[in-house]
Amino acid sequence: MSEAIDATPGTAQRGTGDDRDVSGAASPVNALLHLDDVRKSYGMREALCGVSLAVQSGEFVALLGPNGAGKSTLFQLLTGLFNADTGRIRVCGHDIRRDPARALAGIGVVFQQTTVDLDLSVFTNLGFHARLHGIGGRRARERIDENLRRVGLADRAKDPVRALSGGNRRKVELARALVHEPAVLLMDEATVGLDPASRRQLLDEVLALRDRGVAVLWATHLVDEAEAADRVIVLHHGRILAEGHPDALVRSTGAPTLAEAFLKLTGGSQG
Amino acid sequence: MRLPHAWLALQAITGREVVKFVRQGGRFASALVRPLLWLVVFAAGFQNVFGVSIIPPYESYIPYQEYIVPGLLGMVLLFNGMQSSLAMVYDREMGMMRLLLTAPLPRAYLLFAKLLAGTLLSVLQTYVFLVVAVLFGVAVPWSGWLYALPVIVLAGMMLGALGLLLSVQVRQLENFAGTMNFVIFPMFFISPALYPLWKLEESGATIVFQIARWNPFTHAVEAIRFALYGQFAAASTGIVVVSLIAFFMVAVHGYDPQRGMLKRTGPVA
Repeated sequence: MSEAIDATPGTAQRGTGDDRDVSGAASPVNALLHLDDVRKSYGMREALCGVSLAVQSGEFVALLGPNGAGKSTLFQLLTGLFNADTGRIRVCGHDIRRDPARALAGIGVVFQQTTVDLDLSVFTNLGFHARLHGIGGRRARERIDENLRRVGLADRAKDPVRALSGGNRRKVELARALVHEPAVLLMDEATVGLDPASRRQLLDEVLALRDRGVAVLWATHLVDEAEAADRVIVLHHGRILAEGHPDALVRSTGAPTLAEAFLKLTGGSQG
Repeated sequence: MRLPHAWLALQAITGREVVKFVRQGGRFASALVRPLLWLVVFAAGFQNVFGVSIIPPYESYIPYQEYIVPGLLGMVLLFNGMQSSLAMVYDREMGMMRLLLTAPLPRAYLLFAKLLAGTLLSVLQTYVFLVVAVLFGVAVPWSGWLYALPVIVLAGMMLGALGLLLSVQVRQLENFAGTMNFVIFPMFFISPALYPLWKLEESGATIVFQIARWNPFTHAVEAIRFALYGQFAAASTGIVVVSLIAFFMVAVHGYDPQRGMLKRTGPVA
């Protein structure tokens, strides 16, 4: 069953010291996702100016930043769609540049833009993804069932995605991102366009993944979503301005709430 | 890359293309109607205008309809190749491309799987068109159906790779119609699809004749024409293969995150 382990780096490494992650001195021992001084420019414009961060197993980290802070660029680098100009990105110890296939195998993503085929059934959409990740047959069916149950959509498996509400479509994408049991889950402003109840539900589903040891990086520009995080990283103009537990951020800025602290840090340029 | 994984991914990508194709009934209909119009209407009207002398691979005088069948098979491949790349541009705008490109497989393989999937659809359509052509009374030797298969597959892949290459260059769907006009029509008309190239030479259109000689589509059509009559056009087939490799390599380069399209398009992709 070495293949099964290979395809599920999350299960294989979760919660243990990653023995492949030995080279980065700045790297916390358990970091499943690790960025070291990542820079990216588009022409003259610097989108990311030296971002370093680490997300541990079972940790929910909110990447909080106003629009244009560099969150999207960061996610594009994390998913291998672009390469960073300098710096390193490692997922489960695999450098995304040198070993993109292994690194990507450890990542589950929910993109900001919906990427489901609306005319196909929920199950078919997830099956497509499973096979792209090398999971087929009975194993795929089991994983799909399990993850649809997790998000409460087991009874909608045969429905075309088009028939689902916006909130449920996002849940389908969450279930899909989990089918290959990734060690790292990336949520790129996944709640955009959802009503408050759906937003809360999705956030709760993802928060619950901490118990399974999944490392979550949740990008948002909405402060209330960051309040539940284990750690908040404030990104602004491509730089990390502050980092810490939400309470610690509030204390350090002397602001009454996290929202105020965020506005204070980013100079009130939210939105 | 493990083989079972690669195979599953190929199944997934091909399956998706087939499902999409079946869903768009109009696409299949237009893929057939287009060459059929040429075969039935154009060829009937020009039957006596274009006297086709005996040129290889033909051993006797042939009706004009029979002459244009390989060109029309090429037309089916050409349109489908472009259609696949249109789908790539659409997928990119809709974000589906990201899903594909974040699969844990080498990017070149994912693009190759896309190419194979599109080619499968191309080949199926050419054979359906062959059946229809026979029903309309065009004689194509039965052995040719078999001999032509590998050549049709190669030509389909070559034109699909060209489409892939164009999908790198075309950023938005709106720009696509123009590209089609600048690629499909010149490629089709400046080729032996509708008339033997010696006619161009004889009429003094030397430049057009020279362009046609360098047109990869010319060689796709000729390779298919010879194969249909059980002959192997080595030079044309070779040019098709070389073009296929070249187009595909440039397309892969274009989809490379370091260079090409993704670098230029910036953070909106």
